Amino acid sequence: MKDLHVKFLALALLLFAFSLMFYKANTLGLPLFPSEEVEVWSVEARVAFQPKEGPVKIRFALPNQPEGFVIADENYVSGKYGLAFETADDNKIAEWAVRRASGEQVLYYQLHLARDDNQISSLKPNITSQHGQDVYFPDVPGYSEATATIVEALLSEVRQKSADIKTFTRELLLRFNADEPDENVQVLLSNIKTDKARVDMLRAVLAGARIPSRIAHVLLLRDGLRHGKLEPWLQVHDGEQWLSFDPGNGISKLPENALIWKVGEQPLLEMRGGKQAELDFSISRHTQEPIYLAEQRARKLDSHAMEFSLYSLPIETQNVYRILLMVPLGAFLIVLLRNIIGIKSFGTFMPILIALAFRETELIWGIVLFSLIVALGLAIRFYLEYLQLLLVPRLAAVLIIVIILMTMMTIFSHKLGFSHGLSIALFPMVILAMTIERMSLIWEEKGPSEAITQGVGSLFVAAIGFLVMSNDLLNHMIFVFPELLLVILALTLLLGRYTGYRLTELWRFRETLR
Amino acid sequence: MTTNKQDIGSILQKQKAKWLKIAMGFDAKLPWRRLEKLGILGMNKRNGDFIAKYNSRSKYPLVDDKVQTKRLAEQAGLAVPKLYGIVKIEKDIPPLVKQLEDYGDFVIKPAHGSGGEGILVITGTSQHGFRKSSGQILSQDGLVHHISNILSGMYSLGGLPDVALVEQRVRFDPVFADISYQGVPDIRTIVLKGVPVMSMLRLPTHESDGKANLHQGAIGVGIDLKTGKTLGGVMHEQFITQHPDTGFSITDVQIPNWDLILDLTAQCYDLVGLGYIGVDIILDQHHGPLMLEMNARPGLSIQIANQCGLLTRLNQIEAMTELPKDVAQRIALAKTLQGETSNSLNG
Repeated sequence: MKDLHVKFLALALLLFAFSLMFYKANTLGLPLFPSEEVEVWSVEARVAFQPKEGPVKIRFALPNQPEGFVIADENYVSGKYGLAFETADDNKIAEWAVRRASGEQVLYYQLHLARDDNQISSLKPNITSQHGQDVYFPDVPGYSEATATIVEALLSEVRQKSADIKTFTRELLLRFNADEPDENVQVLLSNIKTDKARVDMLRAVLAGARIPSRIAHVLLLRDGLRHGKLEPWLQVHDGEQWLSFDPGNGISKLPENALIWKVGEQPLLEMRGGKQAELDFSISRHTQEPIYLAEQRARKLDSHAMEFSLYSLPIETQNVYRILLMVPLGAFLIVLLRNIIGIKSFGTFMPILIALAFRETELIWGIVLFSLIVALGLAIRFYLEYLQLLLVPRLAAVLIIVIILMTMMTIFSHKLGFSHGLSIALFPMVILAMTIERMSLIWEEKGPSEAITQGVGSLFVAAIGFLVMSNDLLNHMIFVFPELLLVILALTLLLGRYTGYRLTELWRFRETLR
Repeated sequence: MTTNKQDIGSILQKQKAKWLKIAMGFDAKLPWRRLEKLGILGMNKRNGDFIAKYNSRSKYPLVDDKVQTKRLAEQAGLAVPKLYGIVKIEKDIPPLVKQLEDYGDFVIKPAHGSGGEGILVITGTSQHGFRKSSGQILSQDGLVHHISNILSGMYSLGGLPDVALVEQRVRFDPVFADISYQGVPDIRTIVLKGVPVMSMLRLPTHESDGKANLHQGAIGVGIDLKTGKTLGGVMHEQFITQHPDTGFSITDVQIPNWDLILDLTAQCYDLVGLGYIGVDIILDQHHGPLMLEMNARPGLSIQIANQCGLLTRLNQIEAMTELPKDVAQRIALAKTLQGETSNSLNG
């Protein structure tokens, strides 16, 4: 009856913990493993200009939820300028304004982007499909008579060699980019100087076939790039989505590192009350813990799961909880070692406290220093026994001696140049004093072998506890998914009803098996 | 075709049976399966299925505090060693020590001691002080220090301040003279709901310093519940048939007053109302069986001493819907309990 109760409780805890964990890992994209660092691109747009007399107003088109990326953070460095936003077409527009300005003015916009392979964008209001409804089929433009014939000839040629809008566009681009373009194309390109004009011409030709198209300004992300410029790309709509084409070679796939900064005719930078505007981009790449990106995602999804995240705490508090959250794991380990294996140790959770101290001293040094202090303390404790002191004064004396020993060891190791000796101060000295007391009692009453067995057992448990509690993967999992504590609780409850043999009992009762 | 199919079917079935048999044989050879078959009670099962189930927390002090146990037993008229005095504060120690010199022999123990720790047996006095059961002389200061240690909680669970008891030293029955070394042998019996389940005789050795505790090196000797005769012994979880210090055989010794011992043991259940206890009885030369103490968490080594698992016997009692109220009937029931011994399994 109680067994069943415990099993149901454990099952409920496990279900809850794992479903929360699944949600956090799957929907919010929280990383399961610590090594997964995410590549983050930092783009800085710099706008410099000379103000004229009177008020200045600058409208700058910015990316708005760009395809394939998630915006982790944005900053506007604009000093005394007032800042307002509006959304136009597929872009966000930042509007800086100031009543009076003198000298060269510089405004910065910083954007931190991470590649979004989880396709979270499908959950966000999707721009492409929203605006897909607005796609209209352009009227055939009024070409001049000569141009009209050329375009018609070109279009019919291309139409013959293509099956759909995608291949149609590619065929057209092939002709435009051929090493020796045919006469028709040569005529069309005769007055074209800039890349943008080239895209405009392409659009005009495509309009002849009533294919919807638009211009897209793309920034190619390269680490360490300074004075980067936007490149005009051609986008055509195939009835379902916008396809991007490099007007220079006809390749229809956007490279991994291409960020679509702006689409449409909307000017990139509009300025009133200023002159000699300069705009350039600098780009750098670095890696970041994905947890921060997940927080961004959670914010975008309006999820409350991250509001209760440990990452919302101040760093100092976070570090405390990084250690604290590992203690349940240590306690669970003690349950395993005591009730399933049957290892004897001093006190129930004393080895866990020792293991926590090992975090600072490192394992080997921790064991050496611990053994040294306990051995010395034990020797002195035997001498105190001879003095026949009362219990509490004796315990206090042992505690004082432990602290004297620790101080001396620290000073000695400092003089000898061992930095490890310094961390000894982190040992829980009251625990050490109690260990010495317990050990000396067991030494006298049950003999040295039992005392040493339990001492070694304690050190063994502490060492395993240290290895488990300092494991990076477990540390990361527990901190990112604190609901795993419920899993540990459930397993502990289940083990609480374990009535089978302990491993050491197989040895203890060996005589009955003969 | 059909016959062929049937042949294959039967061959497959035979194969399956064969493999199943091998698997079962392998399974049965696993140490924990064999322990299970012997009905050996493990620590986890004892704690979870017996102590937690039958022993209510509120009654623990009745057995953990030897003062309370003694008072209860005296009120109920059970035979116990006579209480000489109780020391509660340091100030009471010196007058008591003076008084103790007159008694000559006595035992000092902590009221909340566990596992026989802190028990001091004094067999006589001399001009240098008190003679311990080991023959060593303990000075007056040594005795005062020992009592002071008891009061400060050195031997009590959790180090809580404690009380010291001084009581009559038992002069054990000469029947055990050949097979015990210093100290006092006692008889530990596990009692489930008032029915004695398993007994063992605990013999002190040189190694155990006169104490009757198995983990300190005393010998545990299994006892046949029906007859009260000793079976084989175990020391440090190893079989023995002779006492290592005296060399006398420890098997087939008839324990005198066996029925009286069982009677006293069974009555202890009614005294404290704990369902799963270990009762320690000593045989005094003049006073017969005396109840020394009870334990709400009795150890498991008794199974090794008896070469028999407790669980089989405990289950027999648990299976009964109603147990007799009468002590004599409970003892009669105890004598009918069957246990799997490793001899009956392996032999």
